[in-house]
Amino acid sequence: MQGLIEELFLQAFANPALNAREDQACIALSELCAAGDRLAVSTDSYVIDPIFFPGGDIGKLAVCGTANDVAVSGARPRYLSCGLILEEGLPFATLARIVQSMAATAQQDGMQIVTGDTKVVPRGAADKIFINTTGFGAIPNNIDWGVHQIRQGDSIIVSGTLGDHGATILNLREGLGLASELGSDCALLAPLIAPLLNIPGVRALRDATRGGVTAVLHEFAAASGCGMEILEAALPLKPAVRGMCELLGLDALNFANEGKLVLVVAPEAEAEVLAALHQHPLGRDAAVIGHTLERQQVNVVGLFGVSRRLDLPLDEPLPRIC
Amino acid sequence: MRYIDEFRDPALTEALLQRIAQLMLLMPERQQLPLQIMEVCGGHTHAIFKFGLDRLLPDNLEFIHGPGCPVCVLPMGRIDSCLEIAAHPEVIFCTYGDAMRVRGRHGSLLDARRQGADIRVVYSPLDALQLAADNPQREVVFFGLGFETTMPASALTLQQARRRSLTNFSLFCQHITLIPTLRSLLQQPDVRIDGFLAPGHVSMVIGNAPYGFIAENYHKPLVVTGFEPLDILQGLLMLLEQLHAGRSAVENQYRRIVPEQGNRLAQQALAEVFCLKASSEWRGLGEIAHSGVQLTPGYAEFDAERRFHPQAQQVADDPRSRCGEVLTGRCKPDACPLFGKQCTPSNAFGALMVSSEGACAAYYQYRRETA
Repeated sequence: MQGLIEELFLQAFANPALNAREDQACIALSELCAAGDRLAVSTDSYVIDPIFFPGGDIGKLAVCGTANDVAVSGARPRYLSCGLILEEGLPFATLARIVQSMAATAQQDGMQIVTGDTKVVPRGAADKIFINTTGFGAIPNNIDWGVHQIRQGDSIIVSGTLGDHGATILNLREGLGLASELGSDCALLAPLIAPLLNIPGVRALRDATRGGVTAVLHEFAAASGCGMEILEAALPLKPAVRGMCELLGLDALNFANEGKLVLVVAPEAEAEVLAALHQHPLGRDAAVIGHTLERQQVNVVGLFGVSRRLDLPLDEPLPRIC
Repeated sequence: MRYIDEFRDPALTEALLQRIAQLMLLMPERQQLPLQIMEVCGGHTHAIFKFGLDRLLPDNLEFIHGPGCPVCVLPMGRIDSCLEIAAHPEVIFCTYGDAMRVRGRHGSLLDARRQGADIRVVYSPLDALQLAADNPQREVVFFGLGFETTMPASALTLQQARRRSLTNFSLFCQHITLIPTLRSLLQQPDVRIDGFLAPGHVSMVIGNAPYGFIAENYHKPLVVTGFEPLDILQGLLMLLEQLHAGRSAVENQYRRIVPEQGNRLAQQALAEVFCLKASSEWRGLGEIAHSGVQLTPGYAEFDAERRFHPQAQQVADDPRSRCGEVLTGRCKPDACPLFGKQCTPSNAFGALMVSSEGACAAYYQYRRETA
């Protein structure tokens, strides 16, 4: 294990806190305090199968997913911890590829993986590799984004095409052999979010991961007391994702994303937020998809103007028979 | 997206809706209103609700959601038999996705999988056959369900299993056939159906001729119809034009897919592999003569029932549910006392709440009043 730490983790993640080789990472509070007045902390575990997929891998996902959960508070994610559970027999080359991917992804936005842990469990006790990451960042003093800010009549925006990650994984996992242009949207969102810090009227942000946009809208509705109404015709979807949904009777609104924001903004901020998103490559397909309502329910207005409720899916998406 | 967007064009939809509304105003007095149009297929039901077509059409035109969702009409006892087969430790039990949630007396396939049974969702029976080839020490059972839409794939898979000499593959057959059920519906004295939208994909296999008796003997118009909103509205307009003119014929709206004589190759495969059973049970409708199929003697070796001998099960529907009445147009989904209370998609008591194509599930998902 010591060899693994020396040869792999310390070299890949190299940074002063990790290189000190203490039982803990020591982080200067002054540095965090200079960036904001509240600590944003988030943790998540990643157990995806397959571990490599078009557009990413479990390592990139473990960095992006947690960093994005920190970033939607307005904080810039700075530090990450990393816990690995490895199934006995996992090839070293596979682990090295994942660790390098984590390091490269963190470096993209100046994040440091400052502490970690590795456990090896017997074959069959885990599926190849599980990763837990915890992220830290400071929320700027003047930023108070959150569901408590949501008001009736606000605009609902998504930052890009929906369901790319979920469709890609379903295609691989089930061996559907569908469109080769399917790829995960796995990406760090902090650079996309940064310009929004200067725009008044941004209410709340979430990254639409597991459960997709549907889950986020329900979370927003439950916590804010406002309803959510979105327009089916306004949803940005890649043709390949749409095709898969049509073929299998699934809804891209329920598919996981790993690089997409759902934003609620004041109506007067809508144009400025949209313009800011469009300027970043990750946000070029950003679109207004609806608005908040007084009555606490989540509705989708279909192509022909008929409104219906958008319920949370009961379980994992299952294809219809015909 | 080609073949999708052009059949969802809002302007064309509006034009068709207007023509339908105008025609309804001209409907002869001999036509009892509201008109009752049965969309036989669950795929049609789903599309009607998804796009809100029922809410865009005149009030004096009602859809009756027919028995064409194979998952909804699946008897609970058959699920119990599936669970019994799947419980064999050597079995890999394969099924289409939406059968996973149907409850038998002892839970669903999803429950059984959570409890350790090796149950897998496949997208084609050929995937199950490949599993059999890859796992020669296991017994792979495919749960074959559905109408003539899915039957050819099951038949071709068994033909391949024979060619590849795969002896560890079998079919648990719950395939059903549509025509006897339509006949049985029409023979019920108090069912009033003015016309039928027939399922395009079943017709793609069987062609248009098998529906002839509906027009000839029962004098009801029938239009074979596709599944996009414009297909359904055009099919409906064709039905109304027949009713307006006092005609009853079998017409084909879905010509881009459905040949007049159906698919001969598929028909040959079906004839080789499947034959009619004397009687079959339908959830919500009871026993219907000659409405189910079984494997022909030549393919009996692939019959999972012969291989695993699950107990024959008959489970009565909950007496409070009104599934059969919904299926025959005697009752709207939300008029059932269980609808949306004891019976919801997450806890389906009745057959039609089980699959997203079931009338009650579609009604629950898309048509619950927002008040």
